[in-house]
Amino acid sequence: MTAAGSVNASASVSAAAATPGLARRALSVFTRDKPALTGAVVLVALMAFCFLGPLIRPTDQTHTDLSRANLPPGSPGHPLGTTDLGYDMLGRLMTGGQTSLEVGLAAGLLATLIGTVYGAVAGYFGGWLDAAMMRITDAVLAIPALFLLVVVATIVTPSKAVLILIIASVAWLSPARLLRGEALALRGRDYVHAMRLMGGGGARAVFRHIVPNAIGTVIVNATFQIADAILYVAYLSFLGLSIPPPAADWGSMLSTGITYTQVGYWWLIFPPGIAVVLVVAAFTFIGDGLRDAFDARLQRLGRNG
Amino acid sequence: MTDSLLRVDDLHVEIPDRDGDRRRTAHALDGVSLDLAPGEALGLVGESGCGKTMTALSVLGLLPGGARITGGSLTFAGTDLASAPEPVLRGVRGNTIGMVFQDPLTSLNPTMTIGAQVAEPLLLHKGVGRAEAWRRAEEMLRLVGLPQPGERLRTYPHQLSGGMRQRVAIAMALICEPRLLIADEPTTALDVTTQAQILELIDSLRARLGMALILVTHDLGVIARRVDRVAVMYAGRTVERAGVRALFAAPRHRYTQALFAALPERAADASQPLATIPGLPPSPVARLTGCRFAPRCGFASERCETADPPLEGTDGGARREAHAFACFHPVAADADADAHADPVAEVVPAAPVPVSAPVPASASVRTDDVLLRVTGLTKDYPLRGGPFARRRGAAVSAVAGVSLSVRRGETFGIVGESGCGKSTLGRLVVGMETPTAGSIRFGGRLGERFGERDPATLDRRARKAHRREVQLMFQDSYASMDPRMRVAAILREPLVIQGIGDPAGQRARVARLLDDVGLERGAVDRYPHEFSGGQRQRLGLARGRARAPSLVVADEPVSALDVSVQAQILNLMRELQREKGVAYLFISHDLAVVRYLADRVGVMYLGKMVETGPAATVFASPLHPYTRGLLDTADHADPGVRPSAAPLGGETPSAADPPSGCRFRTRCPHARDLCAREEPLPAEPAAPGHTVACHFPLTPYSP
Repeated sequence: MTAAGSVNASASVSAAAATPGLARRALSVFTRDKPALTGAVVLVALMAFCFLGPLIRPTDQTHTDLSRANLPPGSPGHPLGTTDLGYDMLGRLMTGGQTSLEVGLAAGLLATLIGTVYGAVAGYFGGWLDAAMMRITDAVLAIPALFLLVVVATIVTPSKAVLILIIASVAWLSPARLLRGEALALRGRDYVHAMRLMGGGGARAVFRHIVPNAIGTVIVNATFQIADAILYVAYLSFLGLSIPPPAADWGSMLSTGITYTQVGYWWLIFPPGIAVVLVVAAFTFIGDGLRDAFDARLQRLGRNG
Repeated sequence: MTDSLLRVDDLHVEIPDRDGDRRRTAHALDGVSLDLAPGEALGLVGESGCGKTMTALSVLGLLPGGARITGGSLTFAGTDLASAPEPVLRGVRGNTIGMVFQDPLTSLNPTMTIGAQVAEPLLLHKGVGRAEAWRRAEEMLRLVGLPQPGERLRTYPHQLSGGMRQRVAIAMALICEPRLLIADEPTTALDVTTQAQILELIDSLRARLGMALILVTHDLGVIARRVDRVAVMYAGRTVERAGVRALFAAPRHRYTQALFAALPERAADASQPLATIPGLPPSPVARLTGCRFAPRCGFASERCETADPPLEGTDGGARREAHAFACFHPVAADADADAHADPVAEVVPAAPVPVSAPVPASASVRTDDVLLRVTGLTKDYPLRGGPFARRRGAAVSAVAGVSLSVRRGETFGIVGESGCGKSTLGRLVVGMETPTAGSIRFGGRLGERFGERDPATLDRRARKAHRREVQLMFQDSYASMDPRMRVAAILREPLVIQGIGDPAGQRARVARLLDDVGLERGAVDRYPHEFSGGQRQRLGLARGRARAPSLVVADEPVSALDVSVQAQILNLMRELQREKGVAYLFISHDLAVVRYLADRVGVMYLGKMVETGPAATVFASPLHPYTRGLLDTADHADPGVRPSAAPLGGETPSAADPPSGCRFRTRCPHARDLCAREEPLPAEPAAPGHTVACHFPLTPYSP
């Protein structure tokens, strides 16, 4: 081997175990972040409550029972009381949470997916394509999101799938703009130049280099998108534009509860209200933690380790 | 000892790990000893990470967060700085000790005027009035050679060139007339000619103000001519201390000797491999016993690994002037002639490269088989002042009518100062930019495929094929590799894009590439950030070679590397060329490196190719005044070489508004009216193949 003499130079790169990948390193930083970890625990607990809870404590959430309407918390068999139609409040909180979380997660992820690809393509290719694509987002952004949601929701009959689609259709704008900015910066990097000099094309640049290197931004933004989507679901159903009864979600539960504030039926409002706040706060803390995990501290960890 | 201005004794600085892990404490300084008399100039040399800057910062009490002095003493003019409280240190900084940093752009505040910044230390330390401070600031700016200092007082840093900014930074450091100036790599970010001007300035100011100087640098050429004494650092400790002449004539420590031997200017020509220092400096986190250099030293014995060699003078005395070194097996004192004669055999007993039959690097390929022919290549960048500025035709002329040819298997070196267009030329050749005018044509195998077309105008498929044949080696390999990819993916990417081989074949090719560049195969599972600068450059070379291109454009491939690592990379490039017959277009500002590696060179100035010819001829007998100026200005790592009488003065004019006629005329000592009226055409006044574009070429030295 002609380069035998220089092999020494590689001595410090041992053939030992492969370096942990990005996800592993991010995880190790994330787990040291107390608020983020708390958020994750709260989220897991809420998920278990909503999806596993009904299995352990099945309740009837389809048939009304006006004889047992508006029972206060602590009533026998109804630790959180009942609603104005006699549904068990605890059980309803679980099934309603399913709708909120499912729609929120799906809409948030869908919006992130669309926005990421859209923004990365606009930012990477630039020029007139970028200009045209970004003017479209500006135009959509100029219409108040809630107004748009209300209009769409009144035209089509909401179901879970429809709800996901309409929320995603307004929520993709912000990841699109974020990713466009990232892509603009990343496309000038030498490794993208290097890839182009190898003869690689735009698709490879976007999916192999731009998006993976913006993954921190994408993931962090996704958590905020999910939190936002859950809030959107709550808005819409609060306005009565959500999935029709007897299905429920936290927003529609709040909406019915509002009617009884004057009578003091507080148990109709606080449980769904607190649940929404908890889940949104959990996602926000997770998002903050992830941002730290993918940003500066990851670099430090990478350099030392 | 009373006559010492600054005395540093066995200084230790530690940086604790952030998470409080004792085992990860970094030993930034591990026994630094310096001694400086008033008015004396001391050079602090060593490779990156050896603690040069940390030493300078600890003198000023400006250690980075967390770092603390854990041992040794630091006495400046009778004051113990190691234990001095912050107010005392503040009184010293900028007052009795001035400091100049490497990057003049970041060490000046962009929102403050020059005058306010230069006057600031006076207001802080001397309690003079504002008007008086500004008057003295103007005086100081005149002293450091800033033209029209009175007007410049009200300008902002961004309105000045890099060299002028460094002059301002020096003025700031000197305004309080310090007794000691610490200059940390003051010229590393500057061009050769500017570097010479700045160093000259520091020299003359030192003589005039009678201050002492600590010049921190990795550049042995800078040290050789500018200081009285030198301290060589390695892995956080002083390993050798001597007068500059004594050190360059006869280094005693094995590390110093190896460092000198690795300089390209000490190699005869490219047929000889450069002496290299195997391995890497130890990690500052490692707790080491014995000589820090022992693992890389060809002379290390068992004793070196167990006992610390003390820093001792030859004559036993601890006198400041003594030649002291910390080595159990020093170079014999009378062996200096020997060491110069054959540093390779001496330093690296087992020569790293079997020089199989001393065939000149390109004997078999020095034919007229032209691989690349560039004719009249021009690149203008339109200046964007607003939406309509384009129409006014204002443009930066980056490359203006450059012609050159590269033959199969040869190395064509391109030299010039920053902004001369050499990098743009490289980007045009690889097809990263579209030329404004002119043509780039490939001969041989490439020519049959692409004919007379420019790479920039090829259709998609042809361009993809073109990219298989021409590769770019980046200056910053780290930036050119996706940080999210493992080495396996990085090296496979070119093969995947070009659709060469199946996955198994590609993996095998990756393993072979790693072998070729001397990296372990286990490297495939690692990320780029886990490699050292030299190793990354090896990876860059491996990737560039993945598809066996016939031409590699190397843009400053070694300028970010330390001397010893630079030698490893240059050797590697040379070997690969000899084995695989690849041609290099080697772009560099470092004349010594180009002289070592290139078969032919082109000298660029402000977008023009002013001189081309065989490397040996051009360097030995330049015809263009600019080439001569560059050669004269460059610092040689030899204190015996006298500085030239007239180094190149002035600064490169703006490429947005180049001078008429000959672009060099504004700085040329021989310029006449004709030079302003007519542009000189390339001619071959001395010998065929040696082209110069000058109305009044220099007379070639008679052999």
